[in-house]
Amino acid sequence: MIELEHVSKAYSAGVPALNDVNLSIDAGEFVFIVGDSGSGKSTLIKLLLKELEPTSGVITVNGRKLNKIKRRQIPKFRRNIGVVFQDFLLLKDRNIYDNVAFAQKVIGESGRSIRKNVPSMLSMVGLAAKYRSRPQQLSGGEQQRVAIARALINKPRILLADEPTGNLDSNNAWEIMNLMDEINRTGTTVIVVTHNLEIVKAMDKRVITIHRGVVVGDSRNEDGDVSFDIFDEQEDEFFSNSFGGADDGGDAER
Amino acid sequence: MRISTFFYTIQQGIVNIWRKKTSSLASVATMTACIFLFGLFYMIVVNFQSMVKDAESQVAVTVLFEPGISDQRIEEIGELLDERVEVSEYKFTSAQEAWDSFKDVYFEGNEQAASSFAGDNPLANCASYAIYMNDISMQNTLVTFLKSVEGVREVKESKEIAATLTDFNSLVGYISAGIILVLLCVAVFLISSTVAAGVAARKEEIRIMKLIGASDYFVRAPFVVEGILIGIIGALIPLGILYLVYDKIIQYISGEFSVIGRMLNFLSAKEVFHILIPVGLILGVGIGLLGSRITIRKHLKV
Repeated sequence: MIELEHVSKAYSAGVPALNDVNLSIDAGEFVFIVGDSGSGKSTLIKLLLKELEPTSGVITVNGRKLNKIKRRQIPKFRRNIGVVFQDFLLLKDRNIYDNVAFAQKVIGESGRSIRKNVPSMLSMVGLAAKYRSRPQQLSGGEQQRVAIARALINKPRILLADEPTGNLDSNNAWEIMNLMDEINRTGTTVIVVTHNLEIVKAMDKRVITIHRGVVVGDSRNEDGDVSFDIFDEQEDEFFSNSFGGADDGGDAER
Repeated sequence: MRISTFFYTIQQGIVNIWRKKTSSLASVATMTACIFLFGLFYMIVVNFQSMVKDAESQVAVTVLFEPGISDQRIEEIGELLDERVEVSEYKFTSAQEAWDSFKDVYFEGNEQAASSFAGDNPLANCASYAIYMNDISMQNTLVTFLKSVEGVREVKESKEIAATLTDFNSLVGYISAGIILVLLCVAVFLISSTVAAGVAARKEEIRIMKLIGASDYFVRAPFVVEGILIGIIGALIPLGILYLVYDKIIQYISGEFSVIGRMLNFLSAKEVFHILIPVGLILGVGIGLLGSRITIRKHLKV
């Protein structure tokens, strides 16, 4: 479903954000991509969305080589990928219903099917009652659920989530992750970029670890062992800051 | 394109304007101000030009004939005039007509004094052609030609008036070009800064649309509709105001400055606006379209 072969990305003559990354994600998988800030996770997401072009290497998504996709074909390609961001990226001047309906209008869905699809998607994410609210009237968790509803309304085969719990408290974070898990069970491939190790450890999914643009760990290749050593050694301070010292710094648990 | 997408585009364009009331209002106001100035200026210029043309058409070259010239020769000279491009029309005044009109003016109320000239026309040699020209700047060529014609005794021209009017005409031309240029620069500058102010708010929106999979067309179309609508509104307001006040201003000028009013012939509102309305609308739509396209072009590359 997703293949990266020797993919590198360097921004204007600096240190490469990604360096010779090789990855393969199958259809229906749930994958965490973890790494500290600046490790290249977000670059990876942007490459998968063809928001950025790799400096070298080949990326294949849904059987299509991204370097073969012309500019005017990008919109159609993106419609098969649902995206969720840390800061939700909702249209603040529209209510929740319109935010979700917007994704359907973009693909030219008829008014009738929009009126049918949007309410059922909103009830799936538990927001049916609040469909007339504006994003700023909702909690962070609720806003992220709207973003997920918008990402899923066009039934994409892949859901990409870039730090979806980054702005949420622990309870809301868990709600969102459980929702992602449910979505994955319906057959959607889910890729979650995060540095919330608490959740990653508890959820028992495939974990790909990126450090300074290089894939340093993949739980699938290591017979199910997830290695967080890299964080323990080098990013101890960062994570203790991020999680208020809650991380015990110990070996990965599954 | 689906019909639903078409209506979405129109509706979204209107909604865009409504949502961003302040910046839309600023754009409409800018457009209104520019087109108002343009319209005002246009009205002044076309009236000026029509008055100058009017004045030009009043200027005539008078041709006096040799004493004892035959009527046939006078007619031949008339035929020569028919062939000249400079000539728009010419009028023959016989010696008798000249004397009659002279009497009317100078012996008004004293007809007896005039009657002492009975049977002896003091203006016997004053039959003439008054020649009106298509373009006053052609006067010199015409006069040179007339002087060479056999049977012509004297050519009376109004050199100074001709020169003044010609100069005045080109002056109006230069000033028009200059002011239009300045106005266009001001309009483009004001519109582009209004547009730039709206960009920041829309940047994120455009990125979201693109990431969801919206085509460039889908992203662009509502902004284009918005630009066109702002252009139309921003043109209709000043055109409407100018239309309503045009007649009143002219009445005011004619009433208040009756001396000028009698001398100057203003164009009717219909004559002015049958050109000004389409030009103003095209200008408004054009500037609006240009502004919106410039705004989003930069931000479509997501």
